Amino acid sequence: MDLTKSTFWGYKRENGRVGVRNHVIVLPVDDLSNAAAEAVANNIKGTLAIPHPYGRLQFGADLDLHFHTLIGTGSNPNVAAVIVICIEDGWAKKVADAIAATGKPVAYFGIEQHGDHDTILRASKKAKEFVQWASELRREERALKDLWVSTKCGESDTTSGCGANPTVGNAFDKLYGHGVTLAFGETTELTGGEHLVAARCRTPEVKKKFQFMFDRYQGIVEAHKTSDLRDSQPTKGNIEGGLTTIEEKALGNIQKIGRKCMIDGVLDKHETPTGPGLWFIDSSSAAAEMVTLCAAAGYTVHLFPTGQGNVIGNPILPVIKLCANPRTVRTMAEHVDVDVSGLLRKEMNPDQAGDALLECMFRTANGRLTAAEALGHREFVLTRLYESA
Amino acid sequence: MIHFVVHDEGDSVGVVVVEGVKSGQKLNGWIMDQDKDIAIDAKSDIPIGHKLAIKALKSGDTVIKYGVDIGKTIADIAVGEHTHVQNLRTKRW
Repeated sequence: MDLTKSTFWGYKRENGRVGVRNHVIVLPVDDLSNAAAEAVANNIKGTLAIPHPYGRLQFGADLDLHFHTLIGTGSNPNVAAVIVICIEDGWAKKVADAIAATGKPVAYFGIEQHGDHDTILRASKKAKEFVQWASELRREERALKDLWVSTKCGESDTTSGCGANPTVGNAFDKLYGHGVTLAFGETTELTGGEHLVAARCRTPEVKKKFQFMFDRYQGIVEAHKTSDLRDSQPTKGNIEGGLTTIEEKALGNIQKIGRKCMIDGVLDKHETPTGPGLWFIDSSSAAAEMVTLCAAAGYTVHLFPTGQGNVIGNPILPVIKLCANPRTVRTMAEHVDVDVSGLLRKEMNPDQAGDALLECMFRTANGRLTAAEALGHREFVLTRLYESA
Repeated sequence: MIHFVVHDEGDSVGVVVVEGVKSGQKLNGWIMDQDKDIAIDAKSDIPIGHKLAIKALKSGDTVIKYGVDIGKTIADIAVGEHTHVQNLRTKRW
């Protein structure tokens, strides 16, 4: 596929970023605000509440990450406008002001001294205004480089390493030369192959930061493990699918960055890319946690190769599922967007598989709902660093 | 029909890519990087996605896949035998 003149149809936001979806979200800052958020989303059709269990008594880096994830989610170009709800006004304003820096419409509401009913009433009035405004926004034709593409694999098995992951690698190799901003992560999942990833870092500084992130995560595993992590990493699903060791899983994982991509930068969990190229995001290998971080970092479409059949999606980031396992594409067909099982029967070659994935990526960017979106999978999972106070 | 694939001809193991492989079955393998064919008799029933040894291995040997060390054996493994958690372990944790 020649991507030189490729374009897609996206929503240009006030800050110049381009989204492929047009969500109006109702974002609770804390668990106390979930009920009000869901009530607003029920009142105003076309809005989407994003409830979650955290936001209370967190402190330090864990609290910073919480704010980054909420603010990043609201700031993502796939989001047109945001209603923020919090138990009190202070943090509601903090999150709302940070999102409003992108130029998009944001309003915030604190529950204290108002109660749920009054909060729901005030927020619903604003949400209605936002959703009717957003419904008149139009897509425009944009260059490929305005798309930010992330990847993570999930429920991997050995067909991931042979088929689905190299397909992503082929697509990434093709996108890389066209100014697209790319991301991969899953820090512990590189164990056994970390030297191969380090060798792909563009500069000594990038390599040093990657090594730091990798070693830090190994430290956490060593500090808390009670076994060789069998059943956790690899997971029971990985093992049922044939993956035996973390080294084997790592080599399969690394296929996703192809052969040509260099790693241009490394991001801690709470950081955002500052330019085009391939970024490594320090992140959990848990699917929804990692995809949630990609959305918070500003990525607008996600390529998700699976072996055994991972089903997650994300409220604002369309997750494209591709699979090379013939049993999975048959038994879990409703979850699969791109079937690349033909690779393992020699019915398609890696180049054709990569093109099939890119074709789906363009269709998704232009508006086609992914399987996860159509099935209502909206997993929003906050990464925690340690206990709340 | 391809029953199993191998990434690189230096690998010790291949991956079964069809369902229903039974002990004794004659299997056709495809070595992907070098685009070569290989034939092996299955010595175990092997589920789809699981590995079989394509070289004889002794207990304590390093297993190579993707041209890279993916772990060590904890038992002798014959060519065509199922290779997984019962006889292969990580070296890392």
